[in-house]
Amino acid sequence: MPVSSRRQLLSATALVAFSAPALGRSITGRMPWKPNEAYPPELARPGGWYFLNPAEVATLEAITSRLIPADDLSPSGKDAGCVVFIDRQLAGPYGTYEWLYMQPPFSDNPLPTQGIQSPLTPQQQYRLGLAALATHCRDSFGGKTFEQLAEADQVKLLQGMEKGEVKLPGLNAPRQTTTMLFNLILQNTMEGFFADPVYGGNKDMCSWKMIGFPGVRYDFRDVLDNPGKPYTKPPVSIMGRPDWNGKPA
Amino acid sequence: MRAQILAAGFLAAASLLGAGQARADADNFTEVERGKYLAILGDCMACHVGSDGQSMSGGHMLETPFGRIAVPNLTPDPETGIGRWSADDFNRAMHEGKRPDGTHLYPAFPYTSFTLMSRSDNDAVFAYLQAQPAVKNQVDRSTLPFPFNVRLLMAGWNMLNFTPGTFRPDPNKSDEFNRGAYLVEGPGHCGLCHTPRNLIGGDKGGAHLEGGPLQGWFAPSLTADRRTGIGAWTEQEIVEYLRTGVTHRSTASGPMAEVVELSTSRMTEADLKAIAVYLRERAPAPAASNPTPVAATDSRMRAGEAIYLDSCAACHVGNGAGVAGIFPRLADSQFVQQGDPTGVLRVVLQGAKAAATPHAVTGPAMPALGWRMTDQQVADVATYIRNSWGNAAPAVTADQVKAMRSVAGGH
Amino acid sequence: MSTRLPKKDVVVVGLGWTGSIMAYELSKMGLDVVAIERGPWRDTASDYNIATAPDELRYAVRQDIFLRPAQTTDTARNSMSQTALPIRKFGSYLPGNGVGGAGVHWNGHSWRFFPSDFNLRSHYEERYGKNFIPDDMTIQDYPVTYDELEPHYDFFEKVMGISGKAGNIKGVIQDGGNPFEGWRSDEYPTKPLKPNLAQIKFEKAAKELGLHPFPLPSANISEAYTNPYGLRLAPCTYCGFCEWFGCANYSKSSPQTCVLPALMRHTNFEARTLCEVTRINKTRDGKMASGVTYVDAAGREFEQPADIVLVCAYATFNVRLLMLSQLGTQYDPVSNTGTLGRNYAYQTNAGVLGYFDKDTHFNPFAGAGSQGMMADDYNGDNFDHAELGFVGGANINCNTPHGRPISARPTPPGTPRWGSEWKKATAETYGHTQSVGTQGSSMSYRDVYLDLDPTYKDRLGNPLMRMTFDFKENDLKMSRFVVDRCEEIMKNMGPQRMVKTYKRGPWNVVPYQTTHNTGGAVMSSTPDKGVVNRYGQHWDAPNVFVTGACLFPQNAGYNPTNTVGALTYWTLDAIKNQYLKNAGQALVQA
Repeated sequence: MPVSSRRQLLSATALVAFSAPALGRSITGRMPWKPNEAYPPELARPGGWYFLNPAEVATLEAITSRLIPADDLSPSGKDAGCVVFIDRQLAGPYGTYEWLYMQPPFSDNPLPTQGIQSPLTPQQQYRLGLAALATHCRDSFGGKTFEQLAEADQVKLLQGMEKGEVKLPGLNAPRQTTTMLFNLILQNTMEGFFADPVYGGNKDMCSWKMIGFPGVRYDFRDVLDNPGKPYTKPPVSIMGRPDWNGKPA
Repeated sequence: MRAQILAAGFLAAASLLGAGQARADADNFTEVERGKYLAILGDCMACHVGSDGQSMSGGHMLETPFGRIAVPNLTPDPETGIGRWSADDFNRAMHEGKRPDGTHLYPAFPYTSFTLMSRSDNDAVFAYLQAQPAVKNQVDRSTLPFPFNVRLLMAGWNMLNFTPGTFRPDPNKSDEFNRGAYLVEGPGHCGLCHTPRNLIGGDKGGAHLEGGPLQGWFAPSLTADRRTGIGAWTEQEIVEYLRTGVTHRSTASGPMAEVVELSTSRMTEADLKAIAVYLRERAPAPAASNPTPVAATDSRMRAGEAIYLDSCAACHVGNGAGVAGIFPRLADSQFVQQGDPTGVLRVVLQGAKAAATPHAVTGPAMPALGWRMTDQQVADVATYIRNSWGNAAPAVTADQVKAMRSVAGGH
Repeated sequence: MSTRLPKKDVVVVGLGWTGSIMAYELSKMGLDVVAIERGPWRDTASDYNIATAPDELRYAVRQDIFLRPAQTTDTARNSMSQTALPIRKFGSYLPGNGVGGAGVHWNGHSWRFFPSDFNLRSHYEERYGKNFIPDDMTIQDYPVTYDELEPHYDFFEKVMGISGKAGNIKGVIQDGGNPFEGWRSDEYPTKPLKPNLAQIKFEKAAKELGLHPFPLPSANISEAYTNPYGLRLAPCTYCGFCEWFGCANYSKSSPQTCVLPALMRHTNFEARTLCEVTRINKTRDGKMASGVTYVDAAGREFEQPADIVLVCAYATFNVRLLMLSQLGTQYDPVSNTGTLGRNYAYQTNAGVLGYFDKDTHFNPFAGAGSQGMMADDYNGDNFDHAELGFVGGANINCNTPHGRPISARPTPPGTPRWGSEWKKATAETYGHTQSVGTQGSSMSYRDVYLDLDPTYKDRLGNPLMRMTFDFKENDLKMSRFVVDRCEEIMKNMGPQRMVKTYKRGPWNVVPYQTTHNTGGAVMSSTPDKGVVNRYGQHWDAPNVFVTGACLFPQNAGYNPTNTVGALTYWTLDAIKNQYLKNAGQALVQA
């Protein structure tokens, strides 16, 4: 009877010695291996907002649509999912700079070569920055919100923020300037547009199709066999492509 | 063929035992050394290894279809091990599957194979075991659920499935063949995994070494079938596979990886050669099974091809050729073309680690991909590799994958 | 309160390239070896799964597999008069973390330094006169020669299975290789990677200019290979996710693919992960090390006594550990005393970007970290420096590591960063650009150095290390000269337009430049000029050996890994054949 699986338990035998936690993990005797061990990314599931509030979402949808406008080449940043991407990123370790060195003191006059020196996390930068933008729009555009402005006015305002010509109220160096806010939103929008679709942006691999990036296929030996020839296979994401379901792309 | 080997009946065997044999002498260096090698042949360590990773003090739980069985302590500790056993007791366990008190051992312990081992070999194994340091480890031996915890029932099982025997060489075959037969059918107990089980766990009559599922894995056929068995393997390939765990044809993974690491990689070249000779000459190929491959135009094949291109080809190569010594070949692969897709599905879903031996140190691992694919996608990529590059095997269904997931666990 | 553990023969700090090699060779001799690694265990199938590894956002942007600054970081400033601030997010360089270290996420450029790199000061003084080297430049000869290291370079290349074409085998120049390289005892273990369109163009353009192009020696392996430890590598598939990523298909040389499976078979070796060494402890008389102190993931402190301490972490963290342990004398640039922290150097990289027409398909996504065509005509002292007025040189590379779209989507100058015009330019430009770049040497200077920061501490309360660095005129001048040569080659490759970018100071911690931080614990022929002797043995504690690029007195126009590996085998040779026969003795008399 029985027997069938006698050896299955071997993967759990003591050849891999995981000693008492007091020593941390101790490994000896062989390369550790466990079935099913994998660390997939956390997939951005559609629906709901994890960090952003509705007003922030509305503003960011407008901003990402100006940064990446819809045209023949691709859908807009909003329709590509960039705001979902930003929301999910802010809700994760990036949003709190969990992995960064965030111990004080924070200098009042850092050098431009010294990188991030603000105590504000991305969560705080979005919350404070978008609130400042809302205040600015209300005060300068007769009570309107950013998304209520005409597209041309939105573009003009964003250009002003980019160049530092517009100074949003309450945003001051070194913690957060208007330009820093603009750059952060631009950076995150582009990340969302070009990152793997599993993170919520780059819907249907639209940006990859636009530029001809084939994604995560992991084998381009055929390209090297034909140097200079255009590559024609469809892109693939971490979670596959439509052909995986027997449907054409 | 098995019948021939198991020819001798219980009574005949019993008469060979000869009462009052001297107890194995632990000071007998050569006998202990022989026993040590026999313990490698029998892969005793695989099941009986203790939590210290060194001794055969047992204790961990074997998962069986009938429940969990704790593996006994084989060290000479008088209270918790076999320190009070005699050589006769040990021989009886090996030959008849009985404890010193006459109760039946569960056939998770492969006495159905060990019964063919000679008295002198059993004495040597016993001498080796008795020469080990005693380790105190009380093992709870009463973990099977009713009715399988009733050891008396084993007597009934034995009537159906077990005939104590002795190994009888075939005089028409070479010594090498007969040595191989002894190793495969006796201490090596290959049939334990490679012969399909009947409903109560005994060997399925007439299907000896034809391969079978073993809890979430599938031990491939060892018959001379060229597609699903080892009919295409040369003697040297079989030797190389057992010695190193890898050939250009196949890589030992899953349970077989452990067999290779702990047992066959430590066998002598002569014994490996004998096993190869026996397996190749043992029996003619069964009636050829030549299924028609699933058509390349089938939508499942097309989906599978896309998945293969994106997920598999970077290692196994677009034409299924693999990379010799590191990534298994899938084209013309025995493992891939088994009628039962269990092995392939398991590897795709939860990954697998190849055997790491002194001759093939890397022991490369296949990553777990179950989290990346739906049941249908796993089924389609499995169907694709089972029916491409000249392969042919039944298509796989999403339901089969779903069932496999419940065994394989994971994401 | 630390718990004292049973003594080991050898304790290894850090389980990357040098730590795993040291541990393998010494445990093979029968010594009891423990390696203590501050990061997690990592392996190919589990951590670099083929379906999770190629993730630009996770690894290249969010930096999942690098050292997380929350654990520890450095502080940085450009000059002694400034206040250093912590590098809160790594940018300019990206230290590795975990088993395998930076050997997991490197590109795999696998170079030997030139023979003249090892006697740099005397070579320049001899060829160009005593006054050629500026006063503030503190370059010095290595206390070991190329000829002494050659067998160790050779063996390390075989361990890694490097793909390349020899240019000089035992003094005989070989067609298709680098004619400027130092002599080699053997051909590369595997053939070069295949060139792509850009490299084909570069080779032709460089040859027409009279240069000597050759394929980049690569640790992305071109064909299946079995190394001397019995480990097997597979062919590179040009996946385009190499640098900053772990390799999913066993085709990049790393401790995981080249050493660890062999090491882990040794039952007298133990790895302890998620344990950070905080001090090297000294014997009561202060003349030897007694072992190390480390802190586990739960914050508990342990003392691990050992007869030999091997300092094998990343270069900068080796230096910091020696500083935290007060092993050696801190360098002071004002009084010009002390040696620990002296001669920190970096790398001086710049280049030219060419924009080609829309029918030129470079397919940059099909690349490998070390897929490239090179020219060394302006590297080292392969060209006459007499009239140029600078020390050093740079290799010229036409490299195609990847075409990952978050970071690699150039647009022509003047294009806005967003909006319709940006998008159109991005779509039209992607796949039609190629760079010709330089990897330039970085000299050492009196006021460029490392010490402990007076203000900032890590989570355990230990001071961070402070880096005082900027690019100096000598190196910038060198870089401009070689970038101008790149421009000539690029012009000959036929782009529609070119953008040339000279290296400029001040050094900025944000944009990625290179993870080739060198010096700080340099090797020297006398104790007043360095921290360790010619065998990597600490001048002040003979049972402490240090590995890594922290030993370099200055940095060459090349990536450091192979020199780090060669020095590691050189040190091992000294430990095995000299030190162990007379344990506790200094191998060089001070």
